[in-house]
Amino acid sequence: MTTPSRLPDPYGQGQSANLADILERVLDKGVVIAGDIKINLLDIELLTIKLRLVVASVDKAKEMGIDWWESDPALSSRARHDELTRENAALRERLRELDPGRVPREAP
Amino acid sequence: MTGLRYVYAVCRPFDAALQAQLTGVSGDPPRLLPHGGLVAVVSHVPEAEFSEGALRDHLEDLDWLTATARAHQQVVDALTAVTTPLPLRLATVFRDDSGVRVMLQEREADFRRTLDRLEGRVEWGVKVYVEAEPAEQARPERSAASAQSAPKPVSGRDYLRQRRRQTRATEDLWSRAEEFATGLHARLSGRADDARLHAPQNPRLSGAAGRNVLNAAYLVARDASEEFVEMVDRTKDDAPGIRVELTGPWAAYSFAGEAEGDRS
Repeated sequence: MTTPSRLPDPYGQGQSANLADILERVLDKGVVIAGDIKINLLDIELLTIKLRLVVASVDKAKEMGIDWWESDPALSSRARHDELTRENAALRERLRELDPGRVPREAP
Repeated sequence: MTGLRYVYAVCRPFDAALQAQLTGVSGDPPRLLPHGGLVAVVSHVPEAEFSEGALRDHLEDLDWLTATARAHQQVVDALTAVTTPLPLRLATVFRDDSGVRVMLQEREADFRRTLDRLEGRVEWGVKVYVEAEPAEQARPERSAASAQSAPKPVSGRDYLRQRRRQTRATEDLWSRAEEFATGLHARLSGRADDARLHAPQNPRLSGAAGRNVLNAAYLVARDASEEFVEMVDRTKDDAPGIRVELTGPWAAYSFAGEAEGDRS
């Protein structure tokens, strides 16, 4: 061990490091310094929408109008609730088709 | 051709040597540029690639971006092995050494403050994935038809019973995942000096299986890292259908930015 204090062996880094993990750090984190060559990474068309999703912090993503996780059932309990309501209605409809006499017309 | 100066990080002076074969972006080995009580880690890059116009074009090129990002990260990683670097954002480029020195001087107070805050600490990334396919939930009729494992429903009532079971199982998994991620984040934050929540990663780019529900970074002292890692490891088998992924140690990228806010 040559490190100043012991560190556990690396997890998920080196050549195998997930590109998304690296990009989200080197593009979106770290100290911003205006060098002589001035490039605003957010101005770059780069990264297409898909890539931007990965590198944008939540606030920046909202600035850019990206808020997919808020309507994504996996990530938002409100969206999940809506999803359940929708599915519930779909199931009721299906039940009515299969067993017309026994299903009340209105949802409780 | 002298080229431009690409700056990876700012550190306090350190004695240890960097790995001999270490190369930076564009293949040039990184060198140390001391000024005042600080050191900038720089390498030479060709103007043809890093002038403003060229850089703008290159950043649109995913292959170039990937290679550059990995090279940048490799240098920062090598620094993390020997000191506490303050990592700069990708593509911080100056015309010459004197431009870098001026920058070090102008930002010295910021850099020192941030380096003090980060001294002896590294960043660990923790992600939580839900392994079920949420698409099944979104399209009830199709998933029921394509589910290989479930027996074909013989009646409508059967079908509904199956669907309800599936829905309940999926819903259970989501709420367990939410609870799990919240609890894990609270526990890990308690062991860390600082924490950041990042936007969940898009599986199409990360290539990771499952849905990313927690993407967090923790600032942890080097000598507390072993314990932190063990703590994460212990949670890994806790919850079926939920996967915990640990990455690190990283330089404290996610915690390096505050110097700017402090300035105003």
